[in-house]
Amino acid sequence: MESVQTRDKVNKIIIYVILTIMAIIMLVPFVWMILTAVKTNQEAISVDPFYIFPHNGWHWENFASVWRSYNFFTLYKNTLLMIFFRVLCAVLTATMAGYAFGRLNFPGKNAMFALVLIQMMIPSQIFIIPQYLMVSKMGLLNTVSGLVFPGIVTAFGTYLLKTGYEGLPKDLEEAASIDGCNIGQRFLKIMMPLTRSSMVSLSIFTALFAFKDLMWPMIVCTRAETTTLSAGRAKMQGQYGSDYPTMMASAVLAIIPMVIIYVIFQKQFVEGIATSGGKL
Amino acid sequence: MKKKLTPAEKNEAIWAWCFILPTILGLIILNFYPTFNTIYQSFCKTGDFGKGNIWVGLANYKVVLANSETWHSLWNTIKYALIEVPFGVAIALVLAVFLNKKLKGTSLYRTIFFLPMVCAPAAVAMVWKWLYNQQFGLLNNIFHSNVAWISNPKIAWISIGIIGVWSVIGYNMVLFISGLQEIPGDYYEAASIDGATGIKQFFHITIPLLSPTTFFIVQTRLIGALTVFDLMFMVMDKTNVALQNTQSIVYLFYNYAFTNGNKGYGATIVVVLVVFIMIVTFILQKLEKKLVFHN
Repeated sequence: MESVQTRDKVNKIIIYVILTIMAIIMLVPFVWMILTAVKTNQEAISVDPFYIFPHNGWHWENFASVWRSYNFFTLYKNTLLMIFFRVLCAVLTATMAGYAFGRLNFPGKNAMFALVLIQMMIPSQIFIIPQYLMVSKMGLLNTVSGLVFPGIVTAFGTYLLKTGYEGLPKDLEEAASIDGCNIGQRFLKIMMPLTRSSMVSLSIFTALFAFKDLMWPMIVCTRAETTTLSAGRAKMQGQYGSDYPTMMASAVLAIIPMVIIYVIFQKQFVEGIATSGGKL
Repeated sequence: MKKKLTPAEKNEAIWAWCFILPTILGLIILNFYPTFNTIYQSFCKTGDFGKGNIWVGLANYKVVLANSETWHSLWNTIKYALIEVPFGVAIALVLAVFLNKKLKGTSLYRTIFFLPMVCAPAAVAMVWKWLYNQQFGLLNNIFHSNVAWISNPKIAWISIGIIGVWSVIGYNMVLFISGLQEIPGDYYEAASIDGATGIKQFFHITIPLLSPTTFFIVQTRLIGALTVFDLMFMVMDKTNVALQNTQSIVYLFYNYAFTNGNKGYGATIVVVLVVFIMIVTFILQKLEKKLVFHN
């Protein structure tokens, strides 16, 4: 039996070696981003000698100067507002529609749900030009409302919540209806609180999608003071592309809020993505 | 055949319609009207100063389909997908199998592999561009090479594909792990008693039983890869000589519709893309019946 144990041990070591090599590869871009961000530009573009670590001090103040000179406060504010309203709208509309599709019977149900499913199959690029024209006609270019606009309703979220509501036991509602609760009360007091995990999944998914989206904010918010972190970063690259520490410091600032939120709530993140499996 | 609704059923129907109304109205205004409007615009030309649509029939389609740029971009997009999807899926599957083994420290590894998923492509693509920098970049300086990672037309598409793989591994892995957890443990126990080793178990139990998950991931990732935009936009400068060989079809769409303001031509490109994706989806659905193992 000893040979089996040695084989298991060797297998374990091989697995750890592969996992560790992969982890290092995954982390290199992040480490290099931070190491470059705290160098001087001279050090960053020095080739002979090539510096991996900063050799004359770690210039953490680079972050502060990038924060000030590129108006990061506004970018953070815009991104936060966009995410907040998109999550609010998505959860609100999808919870209501998900409950109706998952628990109630009504004429037209199948046809309406077909609309939801069809929307999920259409690539979203086909919506962009008319959505832009609508935002432009309503005078919402360069506003937070313009950023939120395509995310007011969500077919994917409706589908996700419908599945959540379908999974709840039937007798819960029957008891409430005997107690004289109407449908609205049953929804608010009994059913909605039970789908908290689906709502969390949808919120995380919506927030991540909004945070990462580049094309929409670039189109509707062309001014630096109205745009999001994603699009604002893209703009900076065009203007200051060869000042590498500045670029890397701004990249760190652009990803750090979501990284921190992820590290704190990683269980919810991973489960949210695993259960929703949406297209990010 | 339709019978009249009882008062209770009527009440339920009213509540239900109130609940779905915001979503349905939203879908019609934000998604269905735009779909038809884009198709309509693809038959139009944008007038001077961006005003009005002038009907031009199939003129846009003739130009788009005759333009080698369209086919080149479509081919670039397919090449990108051919790197991102197979490698992204295969590497993620191996990592998921390892992380599912209940070893110590797996949650730390999972956290690291998933990290790129929470980062804006606008920021990380920038870092990769810096890593790939021919003169000052980390890669060339560490390996003492002089590779033009992103400006050599022959290899730039591979370099971009690598960024894509790096970005999606964590996402695919998380979906694989949840798929693996649904495979009943007794299959493996029975196989162990019969003397099947790890690798045999992987090919004879894991792969077939995981095939619904794998299919789902391949399908979502394939559509995601065929609509890739951010990576090309962030990594490739407008002056990059390899841009022609890497720009994706959505990148082309963005350029025509929003940089050049030619909405009609942009709409046509998008319709061509959507038709292409529909064909791919249809083929995948046909393949699903053959390739996916159903219990």
